[in-house]
Amino acid sequence: MLATAIIVFREVIEAALVISIVMAASRGVARRGLWVWGGVGLGLVGSCVVAAFADRLAEAAAGVGQELFNAAILFTAVGMLGWHNVWMRRHGRELAMEMKQVGQAVLSGTRPLYALGLVVGLAVLREGSEVVLFLYGIATGGEGGTGAMLLGGAVGLGLGAAVGLAMYFGLLRVPTRHLFAVTSGLILFLAAGLASQGAACLVDADWLPPLGRAVWNTSDLLSEDSLAGQVLHTLVGYVSRPDGVQIVFYLATLVIIASLMRRFGDKPGRSASS
Amino acid sequence: MRHPAPRLALSAAALVFACAATAAEDYVLTIKDHQFTPAELEVPAGQKFKLTVKNEDASPEEFESKTLKKEKIVPAKKQIVMPMGPLEPGSYDFVGEFHEATAKGRLIAK
Repeated sequence: MLATAIIVFREVIEAALVISIVMAASRGVARRGLWVWGGVGLGLVGSCVVAAFADRLAEAAAGVGQELFNAAILFTAVGMLGWHNVWMRRHGRELAMEMKQVGQAVLSGTRPLYALGLVVGLAVLREGSEVVLFLYGIATGGEGGTGAMLLGGAVGLGLGAAVGLAMYFGLLRVPTRHLFAVTSGLILFLAAGLASQGAACLVDADWLPPLGRAVWNTSDLLSEDSLAGQVLHTLVGYVSRPDGVQIVFYLATLVIIASLMRRFGDKPGRSASS
Repeated sequence: MRHPAPRLALSAAALVFACAATAAEDYVLTIKDHQFTPAELEVPAGQKFKLTVKNEDASPEEFESKTLKKEKIVPAKKQIVMPMGPLEPGSYDFVGEFHEATAKGRLIAK
């Protein structure tokens, strides 16, 4: 049971952190719940489908189907997060003012919530399919009994959700006028971390050269197996032994999204007046 | 570095196909009763190779190694092939994440 709880917790925590940031970033938008929880629901359904077709996915593309699939999911999420950030940069100030002046009804439907819904769905899909396979494996293997498995799964899910909730309520303590800046920053680093993971998948598939294995090694200092290491891995893309190409993708994503935000966002001169 | 630049997707795919065809001569791990055989596998250091993992159990397994940076599902009664290396000389632990208590193993690169 304990093993089940730990594995489920490890998978859930990543998705939970992504959901909490997305919920904070979409604070005050009407019908955000529909998109976010709809994304979670579709992600869960998708997880079962991926688990059911895991055999074929593994055999696809000459045996690297799984890696390419993960890379595609990761880079789609990076694109959606980048799009959200650029959009927010353009409209965030109006939104913040409207939230103060007119109340929340004004915000309905104006933001690209589908981007965030998709990000949530992809996060759940990536983590969820492993949980489904794992639980299915235990169920068919008959180890420890189904009851213990379900209990362990529930405990792991509960703990993961608790971390997400703590993050969410922590973010809600940020004053409204700073909230968008904080969530934009979080999303920027989240996207860079996902891009670096995507690059690692393409290295696994032998589609990208690693450009140097383990450029540094901080696994003794902070292991990705530890809770802190895993939270940092999700939030800012911490990797204890990064390939060179992961660093390149990480930095490139930061620079590209940040410069798109500058390029298509408000003119710098206007920000001083508000 | 053996790769001067990122390859085009097409040529990479062709290479992957070519390598997959010769995978039978490469290194093989077998999972049975949630254990790896051999538990220690000697592989060449400093060159690329293919690692095939065969799962003879009725339940899926996940080959996972932090040191090798691999995390890959091995469906029940199936096998996967992973491009590996080049590895520095040393030993690399791996586990079957879904049965971590029994499924442990190690690659030794020489």
